[in-house]
Amino acid sequence: MKEQLEAIKQEALGRIVSAEELKELQDIKVAYLGKKGSLTTVLRGMGKLSKEERPVVGELANQVRESITSALEEKGQKLEELELEKQLEEEAIDVTLPGRPVSVGGEHLLTKIVEEIEDLFIGMGYEVREGPEVETDYYNFEALNLPKGHPARDMQDTFYVTNELLMRTHTSPVQARTMKQFDGDQSVKMICPGKVYRRDTDDATHSHQFTQIEGLYVGKDVRMSDLKGTLDQFAKKMFGEDREIRLRPSFFPFTEPSVEMDISCKVCNGHGCSVCKGTGWIEILGAGMVHPNVLEMAGYDPKVYTGFAFGMGPERIAMLKYGVNDIRQFYTNDKRFLKQYHNA
Amino acid sequence: MLVSLNWLKNYVDIGKISPEQLAEKVTKSGIEVESVEYIAEKSENVVVGYVQSCEQHPNADKLNLCQVDTGEDTLQIICGAPNIAQGQKVAVAKPGAVLPGNFKIKKVKLRGVESNGMICSLQELGIEEKYVPKDAADGIFVFPDDVTVGESVEPLLNLNDAVLEFELTPNRADCLSMLGVSYEVAALLDQPLQLPSEEVISTEESAEDYINVEIEAKDLNPYYGAFVIKDIEIKDSPLWMKNHLIAAGIRPINNVVDITNFVMLEYGQPLHAFDYDQLESDKIVVRRAAKGETLVTLDEQERTLSEDHLVITNGKKPIALAGVMGGVDTEVNEQTTTVLLEAAYFVSSTVRKAVKDTGLRSESSTRFEKGIDPNRVREAGLRACQLLTQYAGGKVLSNVVESDELDRTEKEIKLVTQEVNKRLGTAVTAEDIATIFRKLRFDYEQNQDEFTVYAPTRRGDITIFEDLLEEIARIYGYDNLPFTLPEGASHAGALTETQQLKRDVKRYLQSAGLMETITYSLTSSSKIDQLISPEIQALDPKPVALSMPMSEDHKYLRLSILPELLTTISYNQARNQTDLFYFELGKIFVSKEEIVTSQPSEQLRVSGALSGKWLDHPWQQEKKEVDFYVVKGIIEGLCDYLKLPVSFKKASIPHTHPGRSAAIIINGKEIGFLGQVHPALQKQNGLKDTYVFDVNMEEVIAEHNAVPSYSQIPKYPSVTRDIAFIMDKQIPAGDVKQTIVDLGAPLVKQVDIFDVYQGENIGGDKKSVAYSLVYQDPEKTLTDEEVEASYTNILNSVNEKYNAFVRS
Repeated sequence: MKEQLEAIKQEALGRIVSAEELKELQDIKVAYLGKKGSLTTVLRGMGKLSKEERPVVGELANQVRESITSALEEKGQKLEELELEKQLEEEAIDVTLPGRPVSVGGEHLLTKIVEEIEDLFIGMGYEVREGPEVETDYYNFEALNLPKGHPARDMQDTFYVTNELLMRTHTSPVQARTMKQFDGDQSVKMICPGKVYRRDTDDATHSHQFTQIEGLYVGKDVRMSDLKGTLDQFAKKMFGEDREIRLRPSFFPFTEPSVEMDISCKVCNGHGCSVCKGTGWIEILGAGMVHPNVLEMAGYDPKVYTGFAFGMGPERIAMLKYGVNDIRQFYTNDKRFLKQYHNA
Repeated sequence: MLVSLNWLKNYVDIGKISPEQLAEKVTKSGIEVESVEYIAEKSENVVVGYVQSCEQHPNADKLNLCQVDTGEDTLQIICGAPNIAQGQKVAVAKPGAVLPGNFKIKKVKLRGVESNGMICSLQELGIEEKYVPKDAADGIFVFPDDVTVGESVEPLLNLNDAVLEFELTPNRADCLSMLGVSYEVAALLDQPLQLPSEEVISTEESAEDYINVEIEAKDLNPYYGAFVIKDIEIKDSPLWMKNHLIAAGIRPINNVVDITNFVMLEYGQPLHAFDYDQLESDKIVVRRAAKGETLVTLDEQERTLSEDHLVITNGKKPIALAGVMGGVDTEVNEQTTTVLLEAAYFVSSTVRKAVKDTGLRSESSTRFEKGIDPNRVREAGLRACQLLTQYAGGKVLSNVVESDELDRTEKEIKLVTQEVNKRLGTAVTAEDIATIFRKLRFDYEQNQDEFTVYAPTRRGDITIFEDLLEEIARIYGYDNLPFTLPEGASHAGALTETQQLKRDVKRYLQSAGLMETITYSLTSSSKIDQLISPEIQALDPKPVALSMPMSEDHKYLRLSILPELLTTISYNQARNQTDLFYFELGKIFVSKEEIVTSQPSEQLRVSGALSGKWLDHPWQQEKKEVDFYVVKGIIEGLCDYLKLPVSFKKASIPHTHPGRSAAIIINGKEIGFLGQVHPALQKQNGLKDTYVFDVNMEEVIAEHNAVPSYSQIPKYPSVTRDIAFIMDKQIPAGDVKQTIVDLGAPLVKQVDIFDVYQGENIGGDKKSVAYSLVYQDPEKTLTDEEVEASYTNILNSVNEKYNAFVRS
């Protein structure tokens, strides 16, 4: 019987070695270890053996079973691996073919700049205020120290709707409205972005519609040096920590003293180039201390309250920051233009 | 204002500072210097020459052969100018000279004869054509006799001058005069000021015997001074005066005109010279013009006037439009011998009105409009009289005839040092402030820290304390102000809920694949009534127009964002840009008034226009043109994002495809629409198939729930059942869905349509729509019986309501 077992073992192992498919292993398993398998059959004949022989043969039979089983497992694993390999090979794709496009839109460059400025001032404790684009003559001009017939009204060519209604020429009326709302008894810290309109013929540097952001800070004991410090922070955050600012006296009817702010030219670092027309400085915004007439008209006592205001054009900032050379681009919405600045 | 530095040097010593440095200094102190220009590039070796002889060139009719004494030597020069003559003193460019434009002068032979230099015109020396006096325009320039032969012409013709262009803000009208500029520069450089003399030697004869002045509108003309100058000889003005005028951008004419212009530029006070003998009377009456009255002005145009305009008359008819331009009848001419010189103060508003109505703007009107110095009116008249005596041989009659009610008082302004520092954030001392006022030449009284300042009348812009603050700050230097931040209590800044929501909507649309655009709010008459949302149209809005539009394209305030958005789509498609998915968030302007009297209601909307391939992945056979359902999906996604329950209803909307448009409904309210642009409008705009949406953001903001309340994540499993109905083609699948939702509540949590089928095998007028129902009970695991009961109920009810059968 021993010989018989040994022969079964040799035969089984031989078949396992030469097996090429998992199915064959299954057959081998049935043929030797199954209910009708040859090993099982042999073992059934154990009853005929003597008491002494039985444990010896039993042990041998178990060894044979184990070696067949483990050979089957080992081979099975191998074949599975091979099969998987084959399958993976078949599943291989051409990774150089194009992927399925994901179409993401994006924000308009002006929105990007406006939101950047909004967030910057929100960080300094300002709130964002909005107001009507069709304004009254009173809020657009008179409340800002520009009475009817004032020569400085010529500085802004206006689209009138009626004698008393007009397309706002700046977002300053939002400041006047906000102050009036606060009733002269509360500090104001706001910025007001929005569309404004001027009676201009559209060309590379003029647009009858454009964007403005103005800011206003009114409180007790607000100083001109506070304006300078605030603008400096703004300029450094917006244009880079290495930028310097320069204030020059200027004139606006709604501020006194009035200021024009330049930043040092990024292109030439202040040495003078074609971008800054050789001056080393680039004009960015207008500002000043709120004119006492403006405060008074809004119900604030200019002896108690002082403040500063500033205003800038996001188009100009975009043109400087990104080199856009035609203001009409912002409103033509050429896809090739819009796309350039998505996630810029 | 063009500021000649050579002229400026007559009043203030600018030392060794370069024109560019001075420009920088002036700019930093508040007046932007737009440019620094030089009259001519350096022209060396150009000297005064004396034409000893002038004969015709032996071989050329139009050329002259001249012998010219240049001091050192006598040169033979050939000259083609028609006005060359023996005995003239002329500008000679000697061989080796370099003229503007890098034009090198060499010895040459012209038609066989040697020429050793060139006799120059002013243009050749670098003077702009438009400033060259008419008599010198077509030939060489002839010097007056008093110049020295051999002298360099560069200083003589002011060729070495630099001119600074001052860009003046409306408040700095004081710098429309050389004296005003001198005060400014003297303050900046801390230099003494040399003011011109106004001393006049007058005759015994009195002007009062010649002229009588009567002012009927003293409110508009508080000062009128009439000077009479006899024995005038009209001729050229002196070279130095011509040079100054040319540098200031004014063409010299003759001595009388030049002197009035010179004094205007010097004092900022416009003057006018009448030919006394053409006056036809012995009086000046200043009054408002009668309606329809006419005057032929110096430019030979007839002007029709109105009561708003102030005129100078001879008692009968207008002879000048006050402050703007004189009449042609009384113009000074070659024959003039007696001049009536007007120095007057006209109120700016009347001059402004006249300029606006006539369109005439002159150097004179500009100064009156911006305001002149009351203390320089008579003074300018005297200065002109002095110059007329010197350079026109005039005899000034004594006693200027005046009407004078002019207020010349200086404004008194109080100022305390501590207040200055409190406002500027500085630490200046009273001494610093006093120094600044001294530099500015403002009179003041000082009592330790307290000042009383008398604002000079030349600085009409200084009326209140804050104006002085600016003066102190700018002379102290804005650069020297410290950097501080406000010290008051601060509060946190944040966007309002609405502002945040606007950003959220933009972010959603961008991540959905749409590009943000910004178009014009002003649109054309053809676009104004296109694609207006039904709920806006229901308000019966009246388009609001600009009273004076710049162009027909931008005349009306938009009632819909879409028409301009379509313009951008067709703009792009015309440039081969395809696959355009655009949106804009902006305002429309709704007024119900036939004639606008109040501000229109400004309503925020978000609109989109989409055209092209929404999905383009051809090699995997995935390709999809934008269609109604793409846009609908975007709106559904938006509403889902904002937690707004949205539904859609077939609607007929003008300018959209009648079978492919729907109203958008939130909480039972129509808040916009979506659909395909009507093929006719597409064709008109040259558009490929384009789908649009338009949503009322005001309603979205109102309906939006800011803080969603927490809802428990279900713990128990859900059960999904599918069901397909065969129904009439016309029945909206969404209606059936809504019925299922209503019937299934509360256990049916979600109903989705997952298949729509039409085919012969179910009948040509039928369709099959498959719905997937999700059942869930938050409290427990659902039993089969519960689901079955609900399901059966739905089947039966839908069958009953829509005559729809379950597809087996």
